[in-house]
Amino acid sequence: MSKYDKLTTNAVGRTVPQIINGKEAIPFMGVGKYKPTGRKYAPPISSCADYPADGNKVVASLRDALIRCGLKDGMTISTHHHFRNGDLVANQIFDTAAELGAKGLTWAPSASFECHSPLIKYLEDGTIHHIEGSMNGALGRHTSEGGMQGMGILRSHGGRYQAIQDGDLHVDIAVIAAPTADPFGNATGDRGPAACGLLGFALADSQYADKVIVVTDNLVPFPCVPWQIHGNYVDYVVVMDQIGIPEKIISGTTEITKSPDRLLLAEMTAQFCDEAGIVRDGFSFQAGAGGTALSIGIYFAEMLRKRGMKARFARGGSNKYLVSMLEEGLVDYILDGQTFDLEGVRSMRENNNHLNTSPFTSYNYHGKGNFASMVDVVILGATEVDINFNANVVTHSDGYLLHGIGGWMNCLFSKCVILPIPLFRDRMPVIRDEVTTICGPGELIDVIVTERGIAINPLRTDLIDKMKGSSLPVKTIHQLKDEAERICGKPALPVLSDEFIAAIKWVDGTVIDAVRKVVK
Amino acid sequence: MATIATTGNKGKGVRSDCSLTLEITQQGGIQTELISKVKVLYGESILRLCHEILTFYGIEHARLTVEDSGALEFVIAARLEAAIRQLTGEEKEYLPAMLPQNTYQTARDRYRFSRLYLPGNTPSLMINAGIHKPNGIILDLEDAVAVTKKAEARFLVRNALRALDFYGAERMVRINQVPAGLEDLDYIIPHNVNLILVPKCESADQIAQVNRRIAELKIKNNIEGNVWLMPIIESALGVLKALEIAQSENVVALAIGLEDYTADLGTRRTNEGTESFFARSMVVNACKAAGIQAIDSVFSDVADMEALKQNVLRSKALGFDGMGCIHPRQIRVIHDNFAPDEAEIDKAKKIVNAFMEATEKGLGVVSLGTKMIDPPVVKRAQRTIDLAVSMGKLSSGWRDAFLENQKA
Repeated sequence: MSKYDKLTTNAVGRTVPQIINGKEAIPFMGVGKYKPTGRKYAPPISSCADYPADGNKVVASLRDALIRCGLKDGMTISTHHHFRNGDLVANQIFDTAAELGAKGLTWAPSASFECHSPLIKYLEDGTIHHIEGSMNGALGRHTSEGGMQGMGILRSHGGRYQAIQDGDLHVDIAVIAAPTADPFGNATGDRGPAACGLLGFALADSQYADKVIVVTDNLVPFPCVPWQIHGNYVDYVVVMDQIGIPEKIISGTTEITKSPDRLLLAEMTAQFCDEAGIVRDGFSFQAGAGGTALSIGIYFAEMLRKRGMKARFARGGSNKYLVSMLEEGLVDYILDGQTFDLEGVRSMRENNNHLNTSPFTSYNYHGKGNFASMVDVVILGATEVDINFNANVVTHSDGYLLHGIGGWMNCLFSKCVILPIPLFRDRMPVIRDEVTTICGPGELIDVIVTERGIAINPLRTDLIDKMKGSSLPVKTIHQLKDEAERICGKPALPVLSDEFIAAIKWVDGTVIDAVRKVVK
Repeated sequence: MATIATTGNKGKGVRSDCSLTLEITQQGGIQTELISKVKVLYGESILRLCHEILTFYGIEHARLTVEDSGALEFVIAARLEAAIRQLTGEEKEYLPAMLPQNTYQTARDRYRFSRLYLPGNTPSLMINAGIHKPNGIILDLEDAVAVTKKAEARFLVRNALRALDFYGAERMVRINQVPAGLEDLDYIIPHNVNLILVPKCESADQIAQVNRRIAELKIKNNIEGNVWLMPIIESALGVLKALEIAQSENVVALAIGLEDYTADLGTRRTNEGTESFFARSMVVNACKAAGIQAIDSVFSDVADMEALKQNVLRSKALGFDGMGCIHPRQIRVIHDNFAPDEAEIDKAKKIVNAFMEATEKGLGVVSLGTKMIDPPVVKRAQRTIDLAVSMGKLSSGWRDAFLENQKA
């Protein structure tokens, strides 16, 4: 099986394959253009006759569970990333699979982290054929250099739900690491030694996988409440000594920034939102996990407090700053997709207004609406933006694939999408003639805030009108690009191979871009 | 003479800089090795620049290793020039182009609330300094540069004066203590520096030496603009000589440096500042007597904005006109609190309005209620108003609202 075949040009002018890992793939057709027909994918029907009537599904070990699930060559195994860089389970799954001699597996994580770098050896020895999810850091570097047998597939959080729901991504065995679970398989993330808040990223896996294994280090007698994951979906329960490292479950990017340059970006962004009339009583916002984004939340809180206003809801990634807004009454609800720190976990456990959401409710594009498009303003990052406002979050300007998409693509449907980014990072200009990889089409990206000026997408004439007479430095994207090049010099174009190593799937499952192998 | 020189910085945490090792050889042409995080984007242009500089100095055979962490061209050029001149003793300068926006002059009495100290050998902190809008940016050749890096810092500071956008901030350099610092002037005076900070100043004679050297350099380089001086008083002797220093030519402000001063006294610096009250008052009085600005010492706890604010308010109450800062986050707090407060603005509005009314009526004498107002008072009030407007604390059309209010 070749990695890919049948190259074509999609609606954003990118060369993409129509066959990926032997399966048909549809090229991106434009935002909202591709509408699939047919019915959703469904897992096989089960019978209670095959499960213990006393509800005890505990088996001896992960190895035992994988054997009972019928692990064999070519299967797809999924995991979630709620433990972020503290995950101890995914590596053990593939250690075990390798011991059992399985080959050509697909790993379908909801995201990967540096802690998963040991899996590179299984990409090398053929245990893992390819990854569908994200390839961060060392895994991304390895993939970029052509170290993966199959073609990597990157999806957004919502795109992963869509792909599993639609049957684009069939999961044979889902392994759901759960901070607390009962023998029936009910599971929750809001308590236990490896508490991570919620398990929303594993929802699709539990609903659609052929076989589901829950792995926990905190087994409680039935019932485990709240049951974020329903035991009725679960085949086997495995108890381990430790499933995650608590201090690494908290990501390093969840402290507000002390960098004066980033604080300036945050301040300019908050002021922009204010002058554009976005910050008002009853508004809603989402800010990512980066230090700049968190600081913007702090500025929003100050404005609301001063004016006696409150936001209706904030979409999480929750953290201590968002929680303190909730507890101070500056926001009515947190609709949370993942908790970034222990305060977030505590709040979710204790506060009824801190709600756990999933990629189904928040992001799934093949549903009857989702929350992302209802958010007034979302603050996101990017590695590059181009003069047509297209943005990249997965590759760097030298062509290396180093980041996943996360919820980024899904959030582009918010009413106002703002990217606060430095104009250059250590001589690396951020605004390019053309992005290395398109992850978001420019029509969905409204504002670029840099420390040397703010560019508003010409499509947003409403925002341009509102900012007339502003004291903020509003410029065109061309002016910003020229300014960066005056300081840094005009960068050369990276020379990349003709060979593709990964595909970027849009929120509807179509292929928006493909990533080329780097030339060393 | 040595044949190998290493300049610049590398290692964990070093950004926007490069470390460069140059060996001048007898044969084999120019051999280069480049390790760079931006190699794909700028590798060729970095090597082109290095070749151009080597050719400029007539070097035909050399081994050059560049370990780059995203240095801009003016940084790479400074590092390479430092290495070449260290090895060859060559006096010729390889100058980056002077940015057209860096050619402005500054007024003797411009506001100097904040001046941001930047270590003269750390490019990463320079690049975005101007966007935080301090009144002045100080490229420091003195305490913030390690003794072994003093020579190469001069090239970096010189190149920064030419190629780094200061975004309108007053362009300042702190030289080393006189007499050693006099030689620093040779590197910076030809590149439109607006103000020189003279550290550990203890006599008018030291200022005279600085003025003489600057005057010579101005003639030699055909420079017309002013170069202002800000001596720093950092010792018991300096405090006692403050007046003669303040009255020296081209001096527009005295700054006080309390770390060294308290060390000189054999005491410790406290938040209350009792130990430095005399010195601060002396400096303020000397400045006011000489008609120049008094600038307070830096506040070193960059995390404590509330303590900084209290410090600024005390400083302003003592008569200081500004303060140094060591972190961009301090700039806003310093500006906000040195800026005129509501009461000062209200008073200034009344005085300026009375002056305007008198002018409109053709009266020679300005009075407010039963009190006569002298011209210097009017001038000061007008400055307060201008400042409040420029800092966004007052609308430029304030008088209409003021008159409206008076009617009501």
